[in-house]
Amino acid sequence: MTEIPREEYILKCTSACAGCGGTLSLRYVLKAAGRDTILVVPACCTSVIQGTYPNTAFNIPVYNVAFASAAACASGMSTALRAAGKKTHVIVYAGDGGTVDIGIQALSGAFERGTDFLYICYDNEAYGNTGMQRSGATPLGARTTTTPAGKTQPKKDLDAIVAAHKPPYMATACPAYPKDLFQKVEKALSYRGPTFIHILSPCPPGWRFSTEKTVEMGKLAVRTGMWVLYEREQGKVTINGPSKAAMVKPLPAEEYLRAQGRFGGISAEAVSRMKDDAAALAQRLQKEEKGIC
Amino acid sequence: MSQRRRLAISRPVTGACGKTGSWRVFSPLIDREKCNACGLCAMYCPEAAISEDLAIDYDFCKGCGICANECPKKAVSMEREDK
Repeated sequence: MTEIPREEYILKCTSACAGCGGTLSLRYVLKAAGRDTILVVPACCTSVIQGTYPNTAFNIPVYNVAFASAAACASGMSTALRAAGKKTHVIVYAGDGGTVDIGIQALSGAFERGTDFLYICYDNEAYGNTGMQRSGATPLGARTTTTPAGKTQPKKDLDAIVAAHKPPYMATACPAYPKDLFQKVEKALSYRGPTFIHILSPCPPGWRFSTEKTVEMGKLAVRTGMWVLYEREQGKVTINGPSKAAMVKPLPAEEYLRAQGRFGGISAEAVSRMKDDAAALAQRLQKEEKGIC
Repeated sequence: MSQRRRLAISRPVTGACGKTGSWRVFSPLIDREKCNACGLCAMYCPEAAISEDLAIDYDFCKGCGICANECPKKAVSMEREDK
């Protein structure tokens, strides 16, 4: 089993909300990446929680850039570092708004150019930093400040969009499984070329559950099959243990949905559509894992 | 050096966001009798406020309660702070 290093690269303490899933994920991302890392952060919660100038809680170099340019910036940075013969890891740590909505063209461009960097999208399914407005990653039926009656469109399938670029490695993760997340970051950084990790990051104020349930909510998402942990290495899909178990014997999706205030007024049709979508995704991944399609 | 100082570069410091322990409403307390030192609380603490030997840094613990919720032995209790 992989030993997780004790060293922390986030000094006590960030100004993230109590029980933040994004900070918990970042802890393990940085532990896996180590000291020789540059973090590129577009506008998102992570650019706010660092602290106020001239102080920062992050003990590694961080480059804060404009919303739309994270992947383009990291791609250029990595090219320059490789030209200088350095092996420094370049990691983009972007929220779902900065990935699925605003940053998607830079992401697509950088993946097409094939530069060597890791793009991590930590997905709390809304624009958390500005007060929970809907994003392309908000799931069907979720209440946000701009969809007070529940969103009427389903979540954008970002993983399929990224998979279409055929990166050498991509994976999904969740901070409720830190060892799994740690190993995936290590694996992604061992590949040359653009790699991608999509992290579901439970957000207590945005999803409207109490702060102690962050990890529980992450586990529920996986166990109900609403979030699937898998990795795609050179096109070959592997579904990870917790999700494999959930596909054999899933918990009812209602357990995950009822635990969150944002799904308060969700309609029965929306619930059944979400279940169908989750089942279809599980089926597709199982087929891909067996190499059928 | 004087030119370098003009660049807007932040330096890493402990307590860059102040002592976030003041946010806390409930404080976690570890019962050493029940604790079997599995380390899950330290693993899941978003702020790394629980050390290797499971001592909680109350200057920075925000009191989210993940440690109490995830403890398999129910050895962490959340006590209301009297302020």
